[in-house]
Amino acid sequence: MTARADILANIRRSLGVAASERMRVQAVEDRIERSPRGVIPARGQVDPVARRDLFKAQAEGVQATVEVVANAKDVPEAVARYLRERNLPATARIGADPVLVAMPWEDTAIEVAHGKSEGRDLNAVSRAVAGVAETGTLVLHSGGDNPTTLNFLPDNHIVVLKAGEIVGDYESVWSKLRMTFGKGELPRTVNFITGPSRSADIEQKLQLGAHGPRNLHIVIVEK
Amino acid sequence: MSVHPTSNQFKGNVHQALGNAKLQQAMGFVRTGFIDKRKAAADRLPEFEALRDNAREIKDHVLAHLDLYLERYEKKATEAGGQVHYARDAAEARNLILDICRRVEAKTVTKGKSMIAEEIGLNAHLEAAGIEPIETDLGEYIIQLRGEIPSHIIAPAVHVTQDQVESDFRRVHTHLDPARDLSEPSSLLAEARGVLRERFLKADVGITGANFLIAETGTSIIVTNEGNGDLTQILPRVHIVLASIEKIVPTLEDVSQILRVLARSATGQEMSVYTTFSTGPRRKGDPDGPEEYHVVLLDNGRSAMLGGEFEEMLRCIRCGACMNHCPVYHAVGGHAYGWVYPGPMGAVLTPSLIGVDKAGHLPNASTFCGRCESVCPMRIPLPKMMRSWREREFERNLAPATVRSGLGLWAFFARRPRLYGLATNLAMKALTWAGRKKGRFTWLPLAGGWTQYRDFAAPQGETFQAKWKRERGSK
Repeated sequence: MTARADILANIRRSLGVAASERMRVQAVEDRIERSPRGVIPARGQVDPVARRDLFKAQAEGVQATVEVVANAKDVPEAVARYLRERNLPATARIGADPVLVAMPWEDTAIEVAHGKSEGRDLNAVSRAVAGVAETGTLVLHSGGDNPTTLNFLPDNHIVVLKAGEIVGDYESVWSKLRMTFGKGELPRTVNFITGPSRSADIEQKLQLGAHGPRNLHIVIVEK
Repeated sequence: MSVHPTSNQFKGNVHQALGNAKLQQAMGFVRTGFIDKRKAAADRLPEFEALRDNAREIKDHVLAHLDLYLERYEKKATEAGGQVHYARDAAEARNLILDICRRVEAKTVTKGKSMIAEEIGLNAHLEAAGIEPIETDLGEYIIQLRGEIPSHIIAPAVHVTQDQVESDFRRVHTHLDPARDLSEPSSLLAEARGVLRERFLKADVGITGANFLIAETGTSIIVTNEGNGDLTQILPRVHIVLASIEKIVPTLEDVSQILRVLARSATGQEMSVYTTFSTGPRRKGDPDGPEEYHVVLLDNGRSAMLGGEFEEMLRCIRCGACMNHCPVYHAVGGHAYGWVYPGPMGAVLTPSLIGVDKAGHLPNASTFCGRCESVCPMRIPLPKMMRSWREREFERNLAPATVRSGLGLWAFFARRPRLYGLATNLAMKALTWAGRKKGRFTWLPLAGGWTQYRDFAAPQGETFQAKWKRERGSK
């Protein structure tokens, strides 16, 4: 008997069930098909402006920094200013996200590189597909547009988020991703990111910048 | 299992732990911190209790249909290009992983934090085959340098003090300037980041655990704060996920419910920094991510727990709240429990996994104060289950002779109420008289285990039963 058959048989013996019981099969199919939402925190169920404000407050509460700009074309200048104010070199690695690529980077002194990170980039810019107001969480996913390595290897991660893509709760993210990828399908990696990397493994003292980015800066685009 | 359990030496372990000044200093950081932070996070979310109820229901539903959800999960993971392997026990899991590492000629393997990897003794097995496992979670890295096992399921190095970390780093990182300043936790963290960054980039295989597996999409989830788990799984050519079979959750909506109680219960964060959903290997057009994605599903005694009195333990999501709130854990730390899982959850799970004959002492390490159950996000009745283990230990004649004869004696009197009243009355009078001067005893016959550490208060007046009778009678 294979390990697989053995384990499944053991489970069925312990539960006192047979594999073919129609009621059980139906219960599983139903749950996955219906994907019932459970308890949704009321705090995120507010109008778009309040949702944006809640997202900002929650993200700042976990040591992210947040800036709001009016238009997409304002983003490069905001990024340049962020780097300048922190005495960081004017460099940025960007994937191939069409929204990011279309921004006027040439108007700034930022030296832009494209593609995945090999671990030598100080700064990266990504675009989130959603922000979740209830906890100030960013949602990014893998693909050529926004390589996953950009989320973790650089010291300073700058994430661009459209205000209209801020939702109240995690469940709304799944609805949104299903529109793109289909029910039951996900891209290789979906990252929920809530603040910069941290560790409290030494005497329970919180330190920022463990293995991932030391700084997380979020630029919210109003329009 | 290959982490050699010393759970049967629990009493000796406890004496050592209580006498270990460094450990007692380190445990002071646990007694504060976790408890207040969890409470604050729970209080901030009005829906917290309702989410706990729902999380329990989701997991109960999964356990009742575990065979079907496993099949469904496997189907979806395979469709996404993942390779799913089943392991009946620790040895099978170790060998499955070693075979993959050997096939790709791995020299170094980075590891995200995984309690299952501890459970199966993976590191020793890889080392014996000439493959170097590198722990990348800061706490796990520290204890790997020290040759220890975790003493807490989410804060593995909680028993280590800062100056101990400094001396370990100086001992091992000999390529760095001996005169460097390591007096702050931030400089220790920066040093570990620098040292491990090179290892991440060069590793051939990355091994992570999984907090959850989603049947709907065939996805594995890791929840971390450091980002080490992500670097472990996106940089090497091969990603291996090691998960036990009960980690399954039906849908993305269901896992969202449980995520809302996980971090709040564990560290008091509303959400951990990184919650990562991984489905299969790198896709067409992806510039990064692993080329191979394997999932090893481990049983190791869990299927036998279903349908029995310890089934509810399989709801556990390894948040650590039970140990963070346990006065016994606070006093003795995690290593005294003698195996991988400490605290109340360990006291229930360890006998299930390695046998009550080897771990029967652990369920006795409880005052039944009930705090573990009151904070468990999955509402696992830990005290009730510890009581069940005590009964089994007694039934199987595993309890020591003194305990058995003491309980026998007590039972003899308890079944004879009049005799019981008479005897306790006499004892009360005798103790009141004997303790009339100091009001306490520093030594009592047959109670050395108590009086060795603290005084025994002398009784004041009469027995509870006598007092009850008098007060009720006067009404």
